[in-house]
Amino acid sequence: MTRAESSVFLALQANADTRELVEAILADNPHATLDEQPAMVRIIAPGTLTVHAATVAELLGRDYDLQEMQVNLISLSGRVDETDETFTISWAR
Amino acid sequence: MDIQVAKKKLGLKERYALMTRGLGWETTYQNMDDVFPMDSFEGIRIHDWEAWEDPFRLTMDSYWKYQAEKERKLYAIVDAFAQNNGHLTVSDARYINTVKLFINALAPLEYQSHRGFGHLGRQLRGVGPRVACLMQSLDELRHAQTQIHAISNYNRYYNGMAEFRHHFDYMPYLQVPRSFFEDATAAGPFEFITAIGFSFEYVLTNLVFVPFISGAAYNGDMGAMTFGFSAQSDEARHMTLGLEVIKFMLEQDPANVPIVQKWLNKWTWRGVRVLTLVAMMQDYMLPKRVMSWAEAWEIYFEENCGALFRDLERYGIVMPPCVEQVRKERDHLSHMAWSQFYQGRGTNDFHTWLPSAEEMDWLSAKYPETFDRYYRPRFEYWAKLEAEGKPFEATGMPMQCQLCQIPMFFTEPGEPLVLAQRHRHHDGEQYHFCSEYCAEIFDDEPEKYIQSKIPVHQIFQGKQFPEGTDPTAEGFNPGAAVGAFLRLDPASTGNFVGSEDEANFNMWRGLTRSND
Amino acid sequence: MPVNALKPYSFPAEDAEANFHGARLVYVGWDRHLMFATPYAWPLPPDLPFAAMTQGPMADAFSQHPDWAKIDWAAATWTKNGEAFVPDFSASLADNGIIHKDSLRFTTPGLTGIGGLGQ
Repeated sequence: MTRAESSVFLALQANADTRELVEAILADNPHATLDEQPAMVRIIAPGTLTVHAATVAELLGRDYDLQEMQVNLISLSGRVDETDETFTISWAR
Repeated sequence: MDIQVAKKKLGLKERYALMTRGLGWETTYQNMDDVFPMDSFEGIRIHDWEAWEDPFRLTMDSYWKYQAEKERKLYAIVDAFAQNNGHLTVSDARYINTVKLFINALAPLEYQSHRGFGHLGRQLRGVGPRVACLMQSLDELRHAQTQIHAISNYNRYYNGMAEFRHHFDYMPYLQVPRSFFEDATAAGPFEFITAIGFSFEYVLTNLVFVPFISGAAYNGDMGAMTFGFSAQSDEARHMTLGLEVIKFMLEQDPANVPIVQKWLNKWTWRGVRVLTLVAMMQDYMLPKRVMSWAEAWEIYFEENCGALFRDLERYGIVMPPCVEQVRKERDHLSHMAWSQFYQGRGTNDFHTWLPSAEEMDWLSAKYPETFDRYYRPRFEYWAKLEAEGKPFEATGMPMQCQLCQIPMFFTEPGEPLVLAQRHRHHDGEQYHFCSEYCAEIFDDEPEKYIQSKIPVHQIFQGKQFPEGTDPTAEGFNPGAAVGAFLRLDPASTGNFVGSEDEANFNMWRGLTRSND
Repeated sequence: MPVNALKPYSFPAEDAEANFHGARLVYVGWDRHLMFATPYAWPLPPDLPFAAMTQGPMADAFSQHPDWAKIDWAAATWTKNGEAFVPDFSASLADNGIIHKDSLRFTTPGLTGIGGLGQ
C-alpha cells in the first residue's frame, strides 16, 4: 500500500532580511517549491528540508548564524534538528 | 616558546546541554519526589529524563538577543502605525471587529499560557523541558503584552475593547475560550502540555494564525499583522516543544500511549470547538476575504496534520475519532455561529451584521453543498426584516453546552435541520451537551465540569447583577443590571450598521481625503 | 470516572436547583425552525401552568416567526430529553413531571419554516 509522502514546510516573513535566506534554501533543496502569500512565503518539500548556513553566508557576503532565522520564522511542519551548520526539518527521522 | 593551542569550540548541542542540563542536579537531602510533587499523579511514567531531546537549542544569551531584536522591530512598527493613524488604512471599519474578537478572546489566552508554562517550568522533573517551558512562558507573556499594546491603539478610537480584562471573566461568549484554557491549567503538567503545547500550538495553531494575520494583511491592518508575525516567530519553537513532548511520553513507556491518545482526542475536540469563533471571523467578518474556513481546514489540518499523525502511527497513536465529525461540520460551522452571534448581538462586545449579496455569493461559491440550501434563506429573510425596520433579534437566553459552553446551535452531523443535543446524569443532576464528544469528555471527569459557571445559568442565579442590587425592587430591569455588571457599553453592541464605530470611521477617513 | 488529583476532589454542582431562588431551569427548542439558533432557557416557577409557559416566555421568544401564529397546539408533538413527552397544558410544570434542567423540544407538523426550508 502506498502512502502519501508527508511534506514539511517552512514559513518565513517576506522582507529584506529573508531574501537571500529563501534563495539559499531553494538552491540547496531542488525538490522544494515556493508558495507566496501576502507578507510571507512558505517553502514546501516532500520528506526533508535542510537550510545550510554556508550557502546563506555566501549569498549575504557575511557570516550567518542560523539562529538569526528565529526573527523571521513564522511556522514550520516536521521534526527539527538544529546544529551550528544546518537546520533540518523532516518527517523522515 | 608558547605553542598555540586552538581553543576547541563546542557544537551547538553541547553548548546548549552545558548551559541547561548542566545546571540541574539530583537532590540529596530532599527527596526528588517532594521537590517535584506534580509529575507522577497523572499516570504518565517517565523512566529516563535524560532521553529528552532539546528541540530548539537557544541558550539564554541567544534568546535575549533575538527576542530583543523582535521587540525593537515590533515596537517601531507599532509606534509608526499609531503615529500615522494606521487604523484608518483598514479596508472597512467592519474589520475592526475582528481586532475586538482578538483582544477579548485570544490575547487573554496568551496570558493564561504564560502562567501555565511558568507552572510547568517548575513542576517538570527534567531540566531540558523545564528550560523550554520557561522560555515559552516568557514568550507567551511577550505575546500578551505586545497584543495588548498594539490593540490599545484601536481602543483609543473604537468601542468594545476597553473592558477586555473584565469581559474575559464574565462575558458569555468569552467563557468559551476561558473555560477551554482553565480546563488545561487545572489539569496536571503532562495534560497541560499535551493540550496546549501540542494540540493547540501544533495541531491547531495555523488555523488561528492564518485567518487572523492573513486577514490583517489583506485588510490593511499593519499593526495586527506585525504583532502576529512577531508572535509567530516564537511559535515554531513552541510547536517543536509540543511535538517533542508527545514523542518523549510515547517513547518512555507503552502505558503512556492510551493516556496520551485520550488527551489528544479530548483536546483536538475542545480546540476545534473554540475555533468556531475563528471560522466565523474568517467567513463573515473580513471585508477582504483571504480564504474560507473550509479551505484553511484542508490546508492546515488535513494536509499538515495528516503528515503529523502518520508520523505518530509508529507509537500506536491514531487520528482522533472526533475529526470525522469536524469534517461533517466543516461546511456548516461558520454559518451556524454567525447566525447565533447576529441574533444575540445585544450581548456581544463587538458588532455583527448581515452579509451583503456579494458576500453571500462568495459564501455560495466556497460552500456549494450547504450555504444556499441551509443558510442563505435565513440571511435573506433577516435582511428583509431589517429593510422593514423590524430587525430580528433573539429575546431568549440560549441553552449552552455544559462542557464547551457554546450555545447549542450545532446541528446533528448529517442532519443539518436538526439541533443536536446529548444528555447525562451525575449525582442527581442532569447536564446537556452539544455533541457526543463533549459528553464523553464530561463522562471522564464529571466532578470537574459540574462546577462550570455556565453564563446563562449564572445570570439566572442572580450572580450577574452589580453588588447590592435588589432584584425584587420596583422597576428592576434584569437586562440593564446584567449589562451594568458586565460593564458592557451599549455603543459596542448590536449591528455595525448605525454604530458609533461606523460613523466615526467614515468621518475620520473622510477627513483624510478632503480639505474641508 | 473520578478525577485524577493529588487530593480528594469533590465539589458541589454549580447549577443545583436550590441556587435558582425557587425557580427551575427549563429549556425549550422549536424543531425545524433554525431561525432560532438554539433552544432557549428560562428559570420558571414549578407551579407555572404549562400553557402559561407557551403563552408567556415561549411566545416572547418564538412569536417573531411567521409560523408561530399558525401553530395548532393539539397537533404539536414534544420530547423531553430526547424521549417522547405529552404535556398537559392545564397542569403545572411540576405536575407534568418537568424537573430542573429538563430539555423540551416541540415539532409543529405542517409548519416548515421560512420558505418551507426548516428555518
